Amino acid sequence: MGADPEGSVNLEAALSSLAAPVKLVLFTQTFGCDTCVPTRQVIDRVASFSEKISVEEYNLVLDKDKVKAYGVLRVPAIAVVGQVDVGIRFYGVPEGHELISLVESVLLVASGNSGLSEDSQRLIASVDHPIDVQVFATPT
Amino acid sequence: MALESSQITASAIAAVQYPDLVQKYRVSGVPKTVVNDKIEILGAVPEAAFVSQVLGIQEPVV
Repeated sequence: MGADPEGSVNLEAALSSLAAPVKLVLFTQTFGCDTCVPTRQVIDRVASFSEKISVEEYNLVLDKDKVKAYGVLRVPAIAVVGQVDVGIRFYGVPEGHELISLVESVLLVASGNSGLSEDSQRLIASVDHPIDVQVFATPT
Repeated sequence: MALESSQITASAIAAVQYPDLVQKYRVSGVPKTVVNDKIEILGAVPEAAFVSQVLGIQEPVV
């Protein structure tokens, strides 16, 4: 991310007018997680783009109540939380497209508006059982 | 979709960093979406089709 200053400027601009507070809840562990420190650095950078973004960090081993509350299975994990936790999670260091997705989810959570069509909203409103969606992606 | 329903949770997984999950879900190309460990959607799909497939209303195109 440090090698792409233009990208950082775009992300900063996107977050500069964030509609509401968003919390980035980061889960890491002390040992056996090479990507945890880089993830914290990325999160800190994203949080620096808006006063409305706050960061909380918990340890996978030590903070078991938080791990359970957020349903985290592995680290590094980022929960993007607005007024309520709608269940948005990112696993791994957010880079490239994944970083853009993270920023987009921050904007989404702050706005409270999914941006989905009325048809989509109508279908989703009828959901009566848990649906867990996992999307596998790469940075490029 | 997670925003629209408290029943729906959404996770983005950096495939390169979790080879065990890539193997578990047989991810050979991205994006790949897995729903409740059962439904698999390959590639980027338009909104209407994606929502229907995630909800199990429509079968994903193989």
